Amino acid sequence: MTVPPDDPAIRAQGLVRSFGPVQAVRGVSLEVRRGEIFGLVGPDGAGKTTIMRMLAGVLRPDAGEIDLGGIDVVAEPERARAELSYMPQRFGLYEDLTVGENIFFYGELFRVPHAQRRARSGQLLEAAGLAPFRRRLAGQLSGGMKQKLGLVCALIHTPRVLLLDEPTTGVDPVSRREFWAILYDLRDSGVTILLSTAYMDEAERCSRLALLHAGLVRTCDTPSGLKRAMAGALVAVVAGDPRAVHAALAGAPGVLGRLLMGDRVHVRVDDSDRRVPELRALLAGRGIADAAFTAIEPGIEDVFVALLGPEEAA
Amino acid sequence: MSPRRLFAMAFKEMLQIWRDPHSLAIALLMPMMQMVLLGYGISLDIRGVPLCIYDQERSQTSRALVQRFVASDWFTGVRVLDSDRAVREVMDNGDCAGVVTIPVDFSRVFTTTGSGPVQAVFDATDSNTTNIAIGYAQGVVALTTADFEMRWAQAHGLLPRTVGAVDFQPRVWFNEGLESSYFIIPGVVAVILALVGAQLTSLTISREWERGTMEQLISTPVTALEVMLGKIVPYFLIGLFDAIFCLLAAIFWFHVPFRGSIVLLALTTALFTVVVLGIGYLLSVRIRSQLGASQIALILTLLPTTMLSGYTFPIDQMPAPIRAVSLLVYARYYVTILRAVFLKGSSALDLLGPILALALYALAIVWIAARAFRKSLD
Repeated sequence: MTVPPDDPAIRAQGLVRSFGPVQAVRGVSLEVRRGEIFGLVGPDGAGKTTIMRMLAGVLRPDAGEIDLGGIDVVAEPERARAELSYMPQRFGLYEDLTVGENIFFYGELFRVPHAQRRARSGQLLEAAGLAPFRRRLAGQLSGGMKQKLGLVCALIHTPRVLLLDEPTTGVDPVSRREFWAILYDLRDSGVTILLSTAYMDEAERCSRLALLHAGLVRTCDTPSGLKRAMAGALVAVVAGDPRAVHAALAGAPGVLGRLLMGDRVHVRVDDSDRRVPELRALLAGRGIADAAFTAIEPGIEDVFVALLGPEEAA
Repeated sequence: MSPRRLFAMAFKEMLQIWRDPHSLAIALLMPMMQMVLLGYGISLDIRGVPLCIYDQERSQTSRALVQRFVASDWFTGVRVLDSDRAVREVMDNGDCAGVVTIPVDFSRVFTTTGSGPVQAVFDATDSNTTNIAIGYAQGVVALTTADFEMRWAQAHGLLPRTVGAVDFQPRVWFNEGLESSYFIIPGVVAVILALVGAQLTSLTISREWERGTMEQLISTPVTALEVMLGKIVPYFLIGLFDAIFCLLAAIFWFHVPFRGSIVLLALTTALFTVVVLGIGYLLSVRIRSQLGASQIALILTLLPTTMLSGYTFPIDQMPAPIRAVSLLVYARYYVTILRAVFLKGSSALDLLGPILALALYALAIVWIAARAFRKSLD
């Protein structure tokens, strides 16, 4: 490759794609750097899957360009195939084939030399904890194991870029942690990973994030950069009846946003030193005396809500 | 085109077929069932037509005629009636396909003139069967008449009438016994292969879409041609197995004489299998649901192959526009080839027309099919 090493692994410019009257992606530009884990974050319907499919070269954009390390993916999707690996959101492997047969099949499709396939599949299966299940039908694996098998098949040809569309949706927390451990190892070995997720806690683990909404990238930065850029300060209000707190704070002066989070309400205020006593008084006036206020660090979800408003981000 | 990827596709497909015993059983048992159903169910020979006779005369002569009808195995359950009302009744009830009435003065007219009129009434709701039954009845009467004439001539001291009459002695070739099964069974084989073949491949591509495996598959470097060939090759083997089974059943079970070249039969059968599998594959590419694709495959193959392939309904008897349409029905060429190879032992040269038509069809289908599948979700 004659591409300079600091060139981005993926550069997408002005991607547009409609399905009938629905504009799923309305002009998205992205740059994914080599060796980073880049997250596409957004609610369902934000256009994550459509972007992933276009980047993987399985869906043609109506407009826009995609450059994958010097390969024009839109014009020559077949050339890009050997460089990248794509794991669709829906489990894409053959459930009536065993773990080993699926790996063999994908290894053959990418023409991986036999010795290399054997070595690499052994290594990957070991890392994924799937080694004992080689002879099991893929359809009989748990959700987490299926996703890990998908990853093994996607990695069998040693791609430089990995595209994962919501890889951990429906996967239990333990399997998710294991899955992420594999992703970190991959990143360390120089693989560029682009993944989409609707889980905010997962977004925190990415090197950089693009917050996606209604087919547009709203903002793109590192998780900490996004949090720093959020206006105002965040206060968690814990009370016996969080719903009442949520309702009482509607339209209160200085309140920029509020988000119901289980037993608490995250309230974004312009100035916490000034507003906390005011809000405490306001709640007491509404008969909520047990409210406890704590200043907290914002999570990605808070950033998202601050950016879009609670209804939009839901 | 990479042999490795092609082999991987075919191998994967075979594993999937093997792991799905239900559909494998259908692929192998359906032709057997259809062979039995169509092989036995369809026969243009008519035997055991229920017939009634109203013998008004009850003389020795008339009884001799009745006896002829009773003895023939074309007619069964021959009942003798005794009134006009009974005639009406059996025809209305459908108890008899026809009634032969021998008039009161039958023997008197016959002995004086040398010929006697006999009336036959047939239920023509099924006109085809009736026509054949009338033919049989005429045959019975003709045989009896010849007998009577001989006796009449002898009784009058004359020689039977031989001079002046044209002695017509037909001989039928290729199917000396005029067994309609010889004609139909090879056609049945073609119809079954056309139906089963399209069904087999109609599921292949739509299955990948339905199970969600297509998206990952098209993200790999596998080419459309490799996908097509990898999917067709395993079914080609199953199709050939079905074909061999049906052809063996035709020869050894239905006793259709085989007089031609096995090589010619094998080559044309392979060609035909390619066509039917290609059609199923094309439908599978176009229609993304398994149920939809197999239904369309059934509709598209069942009617044209049964109606327009000439396997029961002769194509030369069809109106010109329908005949023109039948040129598109690939099964007709295979029906023609099978019949000729089986019964006439025709050579490839004799069958150049249909073989070329089939080959052209195969080329066109494969060409279209290879371009039909696009590696894209659009």
